[in-house]
Amino acid sequence: MIAMALGSDIDLGTPPVSSDRMVDLTIDGRPVTAPEGASILRAAALAGIDIPKLCATDSLEPFGSCRLCLVEIEGQNGTPASCTTPVADGMAVATHSERLDRLRHGVMELYLSDHPGAGIKTAIGEAARRAGVTEVRYGEGGACHAEAKADASNPYFTFHSSACIVCSRCVRACDEVQGTLALTIAGRGFASHVSASQEETFLGSECVSCGACVQVCPTDALIEKSVIAAGAPERSVVTTCAYCGVGCAFEAQMKGDQLVRMTPWKHGKANHGHSCVKGRFAWGYANHRERMLKPMVREAITDAWREVGWDEAIAFAADRFRTIQQTYGRGSLGAITSSRCTNEETYLVQKLARAALHTNNVDTCARVCHSPTGYGLKAAFGTSAGTQDFDSVDHSDVILVIGANPTDAHPVFASRMKRRLRAGAKLIVIDPRGIDLVRMPHISATHHLALTPGTNVAVLNALAHVIVTEGLVDEAFVRDRCDLAAFQAWAAFIADPVNSPEAVETVCSVPAAELRAAARLYATGGAAAIYYGLGVTEHSQGTTTVMAIANLAMATGNLGRPGVGVNPLRGQNNVQGACDMGSFPHELSGYRHVSDEPTRRLFESLWGVALDPEPGLRIPNMIDAAIDGSFRGIYIQGEDILQSDPDTHVVAAGLAAMDCVIVQDLFLNETASYAHVFFPGSTFLEKDGTFTNAERRIQRVRKVMEPRNGLADWEITQRFSNALDYPMTYGHPREIMTEIAALTPTFAGVSYDKLEELGSIQWPCNADAPEGTPVMHIGHFARGAGEFMLTEYVPTEERTGVRFPLLLTTGRVLTQYNVGAQTRRTENSIWHKEDRLEIHPHDAEHRGIADGDWVKLASREGETSLRSLITERVAPGVIYTTFHHPSTQANVVTTEHSDWATNCPEYKVTAVQVTLSKGPTAWQTAAEAQNRLARRIVPVPAE
Amino acid sequence: MANQIAAFFRLQGDAAAVAGIEDHLRKYWDPRMRGQIIAHLRAGGEGLAPAAREAVARLDQGVQQTS
Repeated sequence: MIAMALGSDIDLGTPPVSSDRMVDLTIDGRPVTAPEGASILRAAALAGIDIPKLCATDSLEPFGSCRLCLVEIEGQNGTPASCTTPVADGMAVATHSERLDRLRHGVMELYLSDHPGAGIKTAIGEAARRAGVTEVRYGEGGACHAEAKADASNPYFTFHSSACIVCSRCVRACDEVQGTLALTIAGRGFASHVSASQEETFLGSECVSCGACVQVCPTDALIEKSVIAAGAPERSVVTTCAYCGVGCAFEAQMKGDQLVRMTPWKHGKANHGHSCVKGRFAWGYANHRERMLKPMVREAITDAWREVGWDEAIAFAADRFRTIQQTYGRGSLGAITSSRCTNEETYLVQKLARAALHTNNVDTCARVCHSPTGYGLKAAFGTSAGTQDFDSVDHSDVILVIGANPTDAHPVFASRMKRRLRAGAKLIVIDPRGIDLVRMPHISATHHLALTPGTNVAVLNALAHVIVTEGLVDEAFVRDRCDLAAFQAWAAFIADPVNSPEAVETVCSVPAAELRAAARLYATGGAAAIYYGLGVTEHSQGTTTVMAIANLAMATGNLGRPGVGVNPLRGQNNVQGACDMGSFPHELSGYRHVSDEPTRRLFESLWGVALDPEPGLRIPNMIDAAIDGSFRGIYIQGEDILQSDPDTHVVAAGLAAMDCVIVQDLFLNETASYAHVFFPGSTFLEKDGTFTNAERRIQRVRKVMEPRNGLADWEITQRFSNALDYPMTYGHPREIMTEIAALTPTFAGVSYDKLEELGSIQWPCNADAPEGTPVMHIGHFARGAGEFMLTEYVPTEERTGVRFPLLLTTGRVLTQYNVGAQTRRTENSIWHKEDRLEIHPHDAEHRGIADGDWVKLASREGETSLRSLITERVAPGVIYTTFHHPSTQANVVTTEHSDWATNCPEYKVTAVQVTLSKGPTAWQTAAEAQNRLARRIVPVPAE
Repeated sequence: MANQIAAFFRLQGDAAAVAGIEDHLRKYWDPRMRGQIIAHLRAGGEGLAPAAREAVARLDQGVQQTS
């Protein structure tokens, strides 16, 4: 499972079928049993009989085009394609005969005569060898496709039309797997060829560069440029993607210590062999020239960096931290764990904070994304996590997407969702913007509730009002599974006319009739699932919104079985894991409060140190405390809070006020401009560990090359802890996981051995669920009875007015990731070179703004400039931008408003004004100059 | 923020709301933050919603009893 021989995966030719009835037949005289509906090709492959094929592959529906998988069936005329012919009882199949061999030989000759450049990459070379084709009878003088032009427009792969046998695998992969439908076969007969969109280049087409077409191409027609440059890989290691919370499993294909390509692993249970442009192609940052490989220190942030060895850097950092604590007390220090690092690394950082620094001042970037999910779902269900696995969506009849943009932020799961929608499931989108899912090929949302930003709770309450007052509550579910008194209190509250669609429509800008229709569909349309993202959590009522979502699901009985549930889509690869590992200042691993004495005693006995029973500071509290002088030093692993957190001026002031900021990262990020110590980090390719994705799936991260910086991130934390006189002696991350399992009931059954055995595990994994838990809350909730919560709509304090009449909301694009530290250092920037401000034509015209103009975006907190993008995706009065580029620094305008329960910032609602500008603001110019100064490095003198 | 917390608990009735706010402040606010809001209350508590004021007063009583 860890290291694989390349090509060792058997392609069964056609997808699996689900049938309880088995069929008996013979193939080449051997008795074979297969599920009813399976193809002969698949049944043969499962029996170890490999029928030649080119157009068939087990990730795509059969097509019957290449005519290589022909078979003879006793009692039937002709030679049917085995990929499109289902098995039948008593069938006698022959896969080889003189006639079949002759036919295959002829077919291969025709392919090779038309496509002398088809190459020997994969299937076609093998098929030619198996057909015994060593030369082509038709000579080289006839018409062929040898001179067809190549399309090298995509930065990651090339399309050589000369090698394309028009088998349609790429077209079908784009249709069936990715769901973009960007490719087609144009022309007829000999002139047939693959066309991207309407004869565009791949780069200019609708192609989203997911790589599905490259993955299935049986010739050299579609091939990665990295393979062309480096040659064929020699070995393969299965690991987990380090981008979004889908957690795709990949094969890192290597040549020596060089990564040649990443290909999605077909056995990955989160991605089932699919990928997106980030995971499949955007790994070049690991070798980017700006990657930092040497530790650095400096006395003051106005100094240049001084490169030093690891020992000196760690001693410098420990000495600074010790001095701070001796002077200002234990609470003067803290740490931030990373959702981009492994569970084991995250666990170690919070352990360092609690055990070595003796403080609960530890937090994680989930503070600014999904902390309301943890609070809200724990209150309602008893567990701070989503309820389903990704496969659950295949059983959904109604899909409600609120505050999420899966095609951009979680593209591989979005492909899965789109497949279900194309199969007929109904879609409700609640989002201020017209996200792609609202209308795309073969998908159209039944309801798009384009609400005013900041009114999620009002809308969800209105939906619940309809469900309660129109008698659509699943009373049996509520009676059996939920706290009845809490339900009755909630039902009385929600039935109040103040929550009716007619009362709410003026608040949220969604017509009452549309709210009523959407509520009826959700409640009565069959298995209904809710998927949500940061458009739910990043509000002053983020936690209330999560609770309102839970209320809806409980009231309609949409929990505890496949196809339903409440599903937070996590932004970063290990947000779930970072939260699970005890990264919050009030919780130890497994979401147990630090004030719980038995839990604390358990940790104290294993860690050998007394723990503080009081909660520590959250990230924004740390910044505030730094400004007031009581918080003086911080260890930040793999986060760039200056770019990602709101109200940049305040964050900068807090960082500047500290005596020692330690940044551990791949690059000198924005935060590092305020750092005194820089620990160069390692990439996910350079270390072992585990990530936990949005469906609670724990998967292995495997080292495929040595850390270029010399140490894996967990080793850095361990050495830092030892320098702080708290010993850590782990020899391998598996030992850290053993400790996590010993301390965390939901991880009690998790081990590296079991991960090797099962491939992945969804927690809880313990004596009650030894192989994990794909769907939670079956039969009963983790907390016992489900808890309905009263979710009164409270308008945000951030209000529009004469000075700031527009509402800004922020988000992500497909090709960039979070603050862009990784993706900006790859070819992905070809698709998104800069953050743009989306503005409705009406608002643009009113301000004299043309598409592409520089505009100034100003709020009560600050201002920045960027270029405009005029679009009707946003409603009048609403504008939108991304936060991927530090040159824009969108968070200079976002505010200090935050969620009442968790301090999660209200990124999604900022009152702003937009005016024409001549270019970057004075602040942007000054920040760039400051960064240049802050990034000066004095190299190590030669010895 | 204490007022935001109070707004969430508002519909639970006065006694439950005050208890809910106090519990939230104890579980999620660092002691120095609790100290700051207690100091604000002792200085008059300007701007605090009634339920938040009462919850902070209970925090203050707890501090006084343990000190």
